[in-house]
Amino acid sequence: MESIVVRLAGDSGDGVQLMGSQFIASTALSGKDFATFPDYPAEIRAPVGTTFGVSAYQMNLGAERITTAGDKPDVLVAFNPAALRVSLPILDEGALLIVNNDSFTPRNLTKAGYEKDPRETGELDSYQVVSVDVSHLNLEAVKPFGMSKSDGGRCKNFWSLGLLMWMFDRDLAAVEKWINAKFAKQEVVRDANVAALHSGHAYGETAELSEALPRFDVSKAALPAGEYRGITGSEALSLGLAAAGELADKPIVFCSYPITPASQLLHRLSRLGDLGVGTFQAEDEIAAICAAIGASYGGSIGVTSSSGPGIALKTEAMGLAVNAELPLVIVNSQRGGPSTGLPTKTEQSDLYQAVYGRNADTPVPVLAARSAGDCFATAIEAVRIALRHMTPVILLSDGYLANAAEPWLIPDMGEFEPIESNPAPAADNARDTQSLVFDRDPKTQGRPWITPGMPDLMHRLGGIEKDIDTGHISYDPENHQRMTDMRAAKVESVANFIPDQAMELGPDEGELLVVGWGSTFGPIYQAVREIRESHANVSYTHLRYLSPLPKNLKTLLAGFNQVLVPEMNMGQLSTVLRDKLDANPVPFTKVTGQPFMISELVAQCRSMLPPAMVAAAVPAKKGKAQ
Amino acid sequence: MNAVLTAKDFATSQEVRWCPGCGDYAILKAVTKTLADVGARPETTAFISGIGCASRFPYYVETYGFHTIHGRAPAIGTGLKLANPELDVWVVTGDGDGLSIGGNHLLHALRRNVGLKILLFNNEIYGLTKGQYSPTSRVGTRSPSTPGGSVDAPVSPGQFVLGAGGRFFARGIDTDKAGLCDVLEQAHAFDGAALIEIFQNCIVYNEDVFADFTDRKTAVDQQLYVKHGEPMLFGADGEKGIRFNTGAFTLDVIDAKANPHQVLVHDETNKAIASMLVDLKAPMVLGVIYQDPADSYETSWYAARSNGLKRSSSVADVLRSTNTWTVT
Repeated sequence: MESIVVRLAGDSGDGVQLMGSQFIASTALSGKDFATFPDYPAEIRAPVGTTFGVSAYQMNLGAERITTAGDKPDVLVAFNPAALRVSLPILDEGALLIVNNDSFTPRNLTKAGYEKDPRETGELDSYQVVSVDVSHLNLEAVKPFGMSKSDGGRCKNFWSLGLLMWMFDRDLAAVEKWINAKFAKQEVVRDANVAALHSGHAYGETAELSEALPRFDVSKAALPAGEYRGITGSEALSLGLAAAGELADKPIVFCSYPITPASQLLHRLSRLGDLGVGTFQAEDEIAAICAAIGASYGGSIGVTSSSGPGIALKTEAMGLAVNAELPLVIVNSQRGGPSTGLPTKTEQSDLYQAVYGRNADTPVPVLAARSAGDCFATAIEAVRIALRHMTPVILLSDGYLANAAEPWLIPDMGEFEPIESNPAPAADNARDTQSLVFDRDPKTQGRPWITPGMPDLMHRLGGIEKDIDTGHISYDPENHQRMTDMRAAKVESVANFIPDQAMELGPDEGELLVVGWGSTFGPIYQAVREIRESHANVSYTHLRYLSPLPKNLKTLLAGFNQVLVPEMNMGQLSTVLRDKLDANPVPFTKVTGQPFMISELVAQCRSMLPPAMVAAAVPAKKGKAQ
Repeated sequence: MNAVLTAKDFATSQEVRWCPGCGDYAILKAVTKTLADVGARPETTAFISGIGCASRFPYYVETYGFHTIHGRAPAIGTGLKLANPELDVWVVTGDGDGLSIGGNHLLHALRRNVGLKILLFNNEIYGLTKGQYSPTSRVGTRSPSTPGGSVDAPVSPGQFVLGAGGRFFARGIDTDKAGLCDVLEQAHAFDGAALIEIFQNCIVYNEDVFADFTDRKTAVDQQLYVKHGEPMLFGADGEKGIRFNTGAFTLDVIDAKANPHQVLVHDETNKAIASMLVDLKAPMVLGVIYQDPADSYETSWYAARSNGLKRSSSVADVLRSTNTWTVT
C-alpha cells in the first residue's frame, strides 16, 4: 500500500487532536512519511453531539513522498453520529468506518440531524463498517481505577488510539511514555489512560473482530538519508526565528496578542528563552507591533505575529517602521475572512493586504512558507532581509501550515550563512550625527542600526518625512519624491539578493506552467507529478518571494503557452503577476476553508491541455474548484 | 569619568517650533535642567513620543529620541525597555494622545509598572488639529467640533492612574519650574511607571483654562504642594490645612492655626487618600500625590529569565531535543 488516509472525528471534547498527534508521533518513530490536517471547530466547546462541534484530525501515511493530508480518507474513526455525518461526504466508497456504537442514541442521532439510524437505513452499505462499543469497553477498562463515569469516559481517545495502533502495527511504548510524563502527578488519570490504551490495542487482537479489521502495513518511506524529527509549521517557524537570532547574534523579542491560528507561535517561543528569545503578550495587536518596533529600536530583532484581522490593526505601525527604517518581522498566519470569518479554517487571502495593504507608497518585502518544515528557512530569510535592508518584512503562513505536521530532515545549522546587520559607525565629530544615522548602503538602502545606549550617536527618529541626507524633518516636495523613490528602491533591491526562481517539476519551457505559493505546495506538487506521467510539458514552480518577485520569473512565465495559478483566495497572486509582470495567468481559486484536493487540481490542468495531448480528458469547470 | 553636563548640553540644534508663549517651552527647560541635575547621560536616555504638539518634544532634547505614532509611545517604550532595561526612557504624551487614542496602552503600561517616566501634557484641548475638545475638557467646552459646548464628562488623569494600578502619580504646572523639577526628579528616581500630569497652557486654543489655580496672585491660596511626611498646609502663612473628615469620608479645608493636630500628614503610599487628593479642586493638589514602589515590569521580566536575553543553548541542540530518527 503506497499511502493511506486516516481521519479521526468526534466532539471537540473527545480528544481527537491529541489522539491524532500521538498517533503521528508513533508513525514518525516508525520511519514512515506523513502529513496531517487538523480540522477543528471555532467554538472551544461547541454543544456536544452537534455537526458544527465536530473536531477532526486527518493524516496521510505513506511510503511515497507525502506532501498533503490526503484527499479522501480510507479509514474514518467516528466517535458519534455527527462526526459520521460530517465526514461521510468526503469518504471514498469502500472506506473503512469505525464507529462508536454507544454514541448512536436517539438523542445523538437527532442532534446530528439523522431521522433514522444510518447503520440501519442502508446508506452505509458501500462502506466497510465496524461498530465498536467504544464508550462501554473503555469504561470497563478503566473501572478498576474508581473514576466517575464522566472522568473515565475521557479515556476513550486513548482506548481508540490503542485500537488504531494495533491496526497500523505501532509500538505502544512511546505513547505510554508520553502519558506517564503528561500525567505524572495524576496517578489515577495516568494509569487509567495507559489501561485504556492497552485495552483498545488488545481489543484489536481479539478473535471476534480480527477478521473485520484489516491490518495495514505502510512500508517505509523513501526519504533522503539523514536525521529526522516530526515538526509542525508553528514549531518550525518558532525555531526558525530563534535560529535567525543565533545567526545574527542578536536577541529575538517576540511581541504578540493572542489570535487563532497564530497564538501557537507565542506559546512556542515563550519556551525558547534559552535561545535568546524574549516574549511579550501585549494588550492588543497595535501594542504588539509597537513593542516589537521598540525592541528593534533598542537593538533586538523585533517580531510580531497575528492573523489577518490583527495584521489590519498593525498597518499604521508598519508604516512607522518603514519610515524610521527599522528592521521588523511581521508573521501572518492567514485564516478565512473577512472580519472574524473562519478563524480555524485556512485561506491565502491576505496577499493583497501584504503586498498592497498600507496607506501611502509603503512597500514591504513579502515572503511565504510552503510547508511546515519550510517555515524554518523562511523565517531565517525574513530576518536576513529585515536586517540587511533595515525594513519590516511580512512572512505569510496560514492556518493549515500552523497546525500541519510532517517529518523533517533536521538542517545542519552550519549550512546557513551568518546574518549580517548594518553596523553602527564610529562617531564623527566633523559630521552631524543625525546625518550619520541615514548613511544608507547604496546596494540595499539599509542604514546603520544605531540604538540607544551607544555613546555619541544620539539622534532623532520619527514618522515625519525627513531629509534624505541630513535626516532632519523636511517638508520639501522634491525631497519627499526622493525619499519615496528610495523606499521603493530599497524593496526592489531585495531581488538582487534572492535566488533565481527554479522549477519544482518539469522543463523550463512547455505548454503549461503551474505557479503556486504558500501552503498549496503539497497538493499542487502531487497533482503536477500525476499529470506529468502523461504530459511531460507541464511544469511547476512555487514562489517563496512574493514581493519583490524573483528577477527571472517574467522570463520563466514567457516560456509557456499557459500559466495556471491555483490559490485559496479569489485570484490574488494572479493579480500580482498581471500587475508586476504583465502576465496573463489563469486563476484557479477555492475558498472553502479546506486545502486543495489533488484530484481537482489534476482535473483543472487536464482541462487546459490541448485536446490532442489529452488521452482521456476528464471534463472540469474552469476557474472554480469544487 | 563623564563630564558634568548642564541643561544647555541637552538642547539640540533644532529650532523649537511651538507657538510663541506656549507652555511647552517652560516644560522643555524644566526637563533639560532636571536631566542635568540628576546626572542623566544623553546616550542612555531616550524620549519617546506619540502625536500632538507635546510629541514634538524629542526633537529638542539632545538624547536619543523617537517621535512615533498617535497614542502608541507607551507600547514602543515598553519594547525598548525589554530590549535594554538600563535605559532611562521618558514618554511624552498629551491628553488626547495619552487618554484618547492611546488610553489602552497607557492603562497597561501603568498596571504593568513598566519603567517609563510619562509626561502627560494636559491642556484640555486638541492643539495640533486646531482646537477640538479633548477627553479632559470640561463639560460645556466650546470648540470647532462642539459649537454648542461639549456634553461628555472628562476623564481625570489622576483617577486613571490610580484605577489602572499605577504606582506613581504627580502633578506640576508648566511655568512653575521649581515645583515641576522636583516632581521630575522624583519620577526619575522611581523604578516603575511614573506619570506626571503637567498643566500646560495652550495660549491659542484654551488660554488660561487653569488660571483659577495658576494665577500668581491667588496661587498660594489655590495650590497645595504635598510632600511625603509633611502636613498638608497652604495659604500665604500656611494658615490653611487639610483634614480627613472620618464621618463623611471627605477632605475638608480647615483653619490650620486653630486646629494644628487635625491637619493631615501626607502619606504618599496611601492610595485612598491619594484618590481624594486627586479629586480636590480647591485647592488644586500638586507634587507627588501617590508613590508606592514595587518591582518594575522589566525587572520581573528579566528575573524570570535565567540568562536575560543571552543564549545559553544552541539551536542545533534544541532541534534535536525531541524524538528523532535516522533514515539511511
